[in-house]
Amino acid sequence: MRNAFAKEMEILAADDPDLVLLTGDMGNRLFNSYKQRYPNRFYNCGVAESNMASVAAGMALCGLKPVTYSIAPFNTLRCMEQIKIDICYHKLPVIVVGVGAGLSYGELGPTHQSCEDISMMRSIPGMTVVCPGDAVEVRLALRSAVELGQPVYLRLGKKNEPIVHQQTPELTIGKALTVTEGKDICLICTGNVLPLGMDLVIDLKEKGLSVGLVSMHTVKPLDDTCLREIFSHYSVVATIEEHSIIGGLGTALQEWLYENKLEIRGKLMKFGIQDQFLNLSCNQLRARKRNHLTVSEIRGRLLLDSDQ
Amino acid sequence: MSNSMKDLEDISRHIRATLVEMSHKGRAAHLGSALSCVDILVALYWRRLKIDPQNIDAPDRDRFILSKGHGASALYATLAYRNIIPMALLETYCQEGSKLEEHPGPRNIKGVEAATGSLGHGLSLGLGMALAGKIQNHSYQVFILLSDGECNEGSVWEAAMFAPAKGLNEVCVIVDFNKWQATGRSCEVMGLQPLAEKWQAFGWDTRQVNGHDMNELVNVLSQLPDNPEKPVAIIAHTVKGKGVSFMEDDNNWHYRIPSEEELKLAKMELGI
Repeated sequence: MRNAFAKEMEILAADDPDLVLLTGDMGNRLFNSYKQRYPNRFYNCGVAESNMASVAAGMALCGLKPVTYSIAPFNTLRCMEQIKIDICYHKLPVIVVGVGAGLSYGELGPTHQSCEDISMMRSIPGMTVVCPGDAVEVRLALRSAVELGQPVYLRLGKKNEPIVHQQTPELTIGKALTVTEGKDICLICTGNVLPLGMDLVIDLKEKGLSVGLVSMHTVKPLDDTCLREIFSHYSVVATIEEHSIIGGLGTALQEWLYENKLEIRGKLMKFGIQDQFLNLSCNQLRARKRNHLTVSEIRGRLLLDSDQ
Repeated sequence: MSNSMKDLEDISRHIRATLVEMSHKGRAAHLGSALSCVDILVALYWRRLKIDPQNIDAPDRDRFILSKGHGASALYATLAYRNIIPMALLETYCQEGSKLEEHPGPRNIKGVEAATGSLGHGLSLGLGMALAGKIQNHSYQVFILLSDGECNEGSVWEAAMFAPAKGLNEVCVIVDFNKWQATGRSCEVMGLQPLAEKWQAFGWDTRQVNGHDMNELVNVLSQLPDNPEKPVAIIAHTVKGKGVSFMEDDNNWHYRIPSEEELKLAKMELGI
């Protein structure tokens, strides 16, 4: 996903002289080509994310469209208040990019894992939260975020994630993408677990179940129309995310259901990261296993539920 | 502008009386912090900033950011006396629904460049503006007023390292060094001193002035070249509550609000 981001930045910067890329001493070599083409629109801001967020806001107050880039926890929680006050209170067109969503940097430990960022970012008034599901969505989401002209948090995975979208879809921020239609179960994924959702669709099809898959790339604002359709069609709806079960997509949907006072046909199930730190050298795959984010475990819980 | 030093001192006196009145009527704290930076603001707005009150949003205007947002009343009054916002607007300060909030809001008051109030943000915002000026080929300067207590914030020193590295020489920081922060002496709460040397060590061209001597302030500001070789940090030695004898260097006036009687006394002392 980060390569797709870097390539798309370069393309967009060619047409938009107001785009500026700021990094927190991240992206070694990743932005070499961008740097060569736009040397006066690239700044390595050092390991100082708070300053970087405010510098971006200052630029945006002068009419530029800055994009800040660092590892997700550093570019969100570390500079939460700068994002809240300098970027969002001023309603500025700054795109905050967090690379290494969820457990992407699992083996680096809880310092580098990012399981709280969606929760934190979506609580700020005026912040749009976008978690692309694959590299195709990254490019389209970045393009849409620039057009949006408002504060956006763009949550990227790492690299070499499987591509889910074999054809380029139309992506609009705030409009979920239906990857497959189904009848029995609907899986709503956000971010880098979309390929896991796709694996589940194939796996459950073999078990004779018709499963819908939706990429809810925008966690805020939620796609009201799409959710109404999902909850009127499916008896089992499950959210999957590499984010804490507190405050992420699952929570957002529970809030949405409560606020909309909808009759739920089936149980809403949440699959995410448990409320605990994942240390002791735990790479992404093992970290997912420890949180039951695997095809077999999710299948087990879904089948148990759809049988009831 | 043709104002003499005496004129500028008179403006400061009037602004101070206005601030005491605003605090009294608006039931708003931070009067001591507002009074300490008045002379700095007058020197800047009447003698240094390249701004046109009739065209206050001109893209090539000099920028001023009140990073110590709790001194907002001093900025509002300065903008009013400089004919950028209507004097009558000051009457609404801190009244229900007023744009003139205790801490400045985002871009809803003419001449206020940024919302501030949480300390340690303004300098970085200013650096972003300075970088934007380079990218957009404008040659404005950016002035940022910090409080001494604000220099406790780590983000100030992130910004202090950033500016020289990026050659942001069009930036001038002024520290309103009134020797107090909310609950104690600023040099005791944290290891603030030697403050000037800290800025110097971070790569800033550093000056020290008496922040209440209009001559010194105007001189140091007018001596700043348009294209300095380093970013500039001016440590302005000030007195919290300056101008009203019973408020000067008394940190109770960080939060206290003057009574009717105290307002009268203050105005009398200021000759208003």
